[in-house]
Amino acid sequence: MKIVVCIKEVPATTKVKINPETNTLMREGVESIINPYDVYALEEGVCVKERLGGGSVVALSMGPPQVERSLKEAISLGADEAILLSDRAFAGSDTLATSYTLAMALDKIGDVGLVICGKQAIDGDTAQVGPEMSEKLDIPFVACVRKILEITEEKAIVERMTDDGYDVIELPLPAVITVVKDINTPRIAGLKGKMRAKKARITVWTATDINADEERIGLTGSTTKVTKVFAPQPRGLGMMLEGSPEEIIDSLYDHLKSGHVI
Amino acid sequence: MDYFLTEEQQMIRDTAREIAEKKIVPARAEMDAKGIFPTEILKVCAESDLFGLYIPEEYGGFGGGIFENVIAIEELSKACIGVSVSFAGSGLGAYPILISGSEEQKKKFLPQIASGEQIAAFGLTEANAGSDAGGTQTTAKLDGNEYVLNGTKQWITNGGEAGIYTVIAMTNKARGSRGASAFIVEKGTPGFSFGKKEDKMGIRASATRELIFEDCRIPKENLIGKEGMGFLVAMKTLDKSRPGIAAQGVGLAQGALDESVKYARKRVQFGKPVIAFQAVQHMLADMAVQTEAARALTYAVSKFIDSAPKDISKASAFSKLYSSDVAMKVTVDAVQVFGGYGYMKEYPVEKMMRDAKILQIYEGTNQIQRNVIGQALIKEYAKRGK
Ligand SMILES: Cc1cc2nc3c(=O)[nH]c(=O)nc-3n(C[C@@H](O)[C@H](O)[C@H](O)COP(=O)(O)OP(=O)(O)OC[C@H]3O[C@@H](n4cnc5c(N)ncnc54)[C@H](O)[C@@H]3O)c2cc1C
Ligand SMILES: Cc1cc2nc3c(=O)[nH]c(=O)nc-3n(C[C@H](O)[C@H](O)[C@H](O)COP(=O)(O)OP(=O)(O)OC[C@H]3O[C@@H](n4cnc5c(N)ncnc54)[C@H](O)[C@@H]3O)c2cc1C
Repeated sequence: MKIVVCIKEVPATTKVKINPETNTLMREGVESIINPYDVYALEEGVCVKERLGGGSVVALSMGPPQVERSLKEAISLGADEAILLSDRAFAGSDTLATSYTLAMALDKIGDVGLVICGKQAIDGDTAQVGPEMSEKLDIPFVACVRKILEITEEKAIVERMTDDGYDVIELPLPAVITVVKDINTPRIAGLKGKMRAKKARITVWTATDINADEERIGLTGSTTKVTKVFAPQPRGLGMMLEGSPEEIIDSLYDHLKSGHVI
Repeated sequence: MDYFLTEEQQMIRDTAREIAEKKIVPARAEMDAKGIFPTEILKVCAESDLFGLYIPEEYGGFGGGIFENVIAIEELSKACIGVSVSFAGSGLGAYPILISGSEEQKKKFLPQIASGEQIAAFGLTEANAGSDAGGTQTTAKLDGNEYVLNGTKQWITNGGEAGIYTVIAMTNKARGSRGASAFIVEKGTPGFSFGKKEDKMGIRASATRELIFEDCRIPKENLIGKEGMGFLVAMKTLDKSRPGIAAQGVGLAQGALDESVKYARKRVQFGKPVIAFQAVQHMLADMAVQTEAARALTYAVSKFIDSAPKDISKASAFSKLYSSDVAMKVTVDAVQVFGGYGYMKEYPVEKMMRDAKILQIYEGTNQIQRNVIGQALIKEYAKRGK
């Protein structure tokens, strides 16, 4: 079976500027990296392939042509092949359009047993693409997987991280999962992988190649619009009250009173 | 400085650097304190295809030369030369096979070493045979289809950890230096055991142990080359491996310089960072120049050796002698830049200074390197007839 790992290229820093007019990210001049969570997703994909003793790992990304570099890195880290969805028509996609586009590509890839995404992208941060994609494909979804306990061609048993522990979930395949960083330690790309990546050709698919409905992709297919992006007002400094408990209570009362809170 | 590395050489550098930064730096202090052998880190080096850089592709290697190996050793050494000697020690053990081994021996042993599945070690030194290998007392006697080894090798890097050992033993004591032979001994061979692990001043992550042979029988096929070629094989091996020690020196010096500049920019005395004092700047400047000069020499020597010239002893000694002296000096100065903090184990430079000393001792002391260079000069100038 094929294991598809969805990879998003993101700016290397968290201090990205936002274009005040279009409210979109200003990526120019910022070094790009594979979304850190996706590196764990990729490692897990390669591990699953090794555990199953067969199959192939496909790295899939939607983005501009320069994302080829990140996909080559994915090959150096163990992906067997990489597909880039690149078309001017994809520009401006929100999570709805992104997940539709990725789902159409998964359809075209075919024989997909497992789709692995990162928990979230460190720039967009919505954590929506994985689950939305599974809706479109009408297959099971588990978020925040921290361990794959068992996996066969038919089903997987996984641990889903929760705030105060974890759930054990069995799910039939094909399915979509997103992973957290606890799941593994990504390998360091070796020389053979790097040499392979150097020679590798990245498949590029356009909207036509994946039979995408032009109403559902890019800006046209995006139903969310960001109306305003702003930095929250910094809150004033806190105040430490000192003294005995009685003194503190008195002082607190005075402050609340003079501030017209009570 | 840019040495115009090829794309492949840059890949090697980047891979080794990533291992150094992600795996070695976080672990080095504990490995040093407790003398822990870097098994896991060497496994990462193996998975990253670094063990076979100098081994031809037909034997599972990368097909590079001494220079490719030097690039990797330098990067690992920036973080810890206890780790890098364990890595480089495998090459030291492999060279005798690569240089003088039979096709069968190469096919059998080199792929295991290239993949890192097995690491190798080289056993020459004994209690009474240090600089003077002529004092070797370990013997190998042919008995039917087997050689029987008896004796003890001392201070062998990767002892106990390696799976494949190349060992020098006397097959004919009467013939003196022409009576030594080189053998391959596999771990687990009956009669082959290890002495205690040495408690060392530095490179404490590396394993240094005795190899003990008590009526250890090995197949006749494990003789490398011919009987009597042992010292020749050993000398050729050391000529090829010494640039690796030089690379350890370059990496170590660079690591110490990096730490020193970083610290000097942060440490404030008399109202300013200590790097603002010219006396400190001058120390750093000397450290930087010496490190770069050592690197330039080591790279030049490695490329020269890779061009397969006839005589490489002098050039090889140049690189080892100079870079190890630089590493010693630069690490001593690094501690000075740090002041009292440099003397404390919280900072890495005291370890670097302890580690550096070995580079002036092993694979031929620096006195012996000067002897080699001196002898070469005598020969060279005699040839010129003046
Ligand atoms: C300033 C700003 C403005 C934005 N403007 C809009 C907007 O106008 N409208 C809107 O709806 N959204 C907008 N977004 C979000 C949008 O562009 C998302 O970045 C994008 O759709 C993916 O969602 P995400 O980054 O939240 O990914 P997540 O859902 O957090 O990503 C989860 C996982 O999905 C996979 N994945 C995500 N994207 C891709 C991809 N392109 N290729 C392959 N795999 C992928 C990866 O495995 C990733 O780890 C904006 C974001 C920011 C920060
Ligand atoms: C940590 C460590 C790891 C080692 N790993 C290995 C290994 O993997 N394999 C291996 O075979 N060996 C190994 N050795 C041994 C190492 O190569 C020897 O220690 C080295 O060759 C010097 O020998 P020695 O210690 O007996 O010193 P000696 O030969 O006793 O020298 C003592 C002093 O006399 C000087 N001296 C000796 N002869 C002369 C001369 N002719 N002219 C001028 N000065 C001279 C020396 O320079 C030195 O200063 C290792 C040693 C150490 C400490």
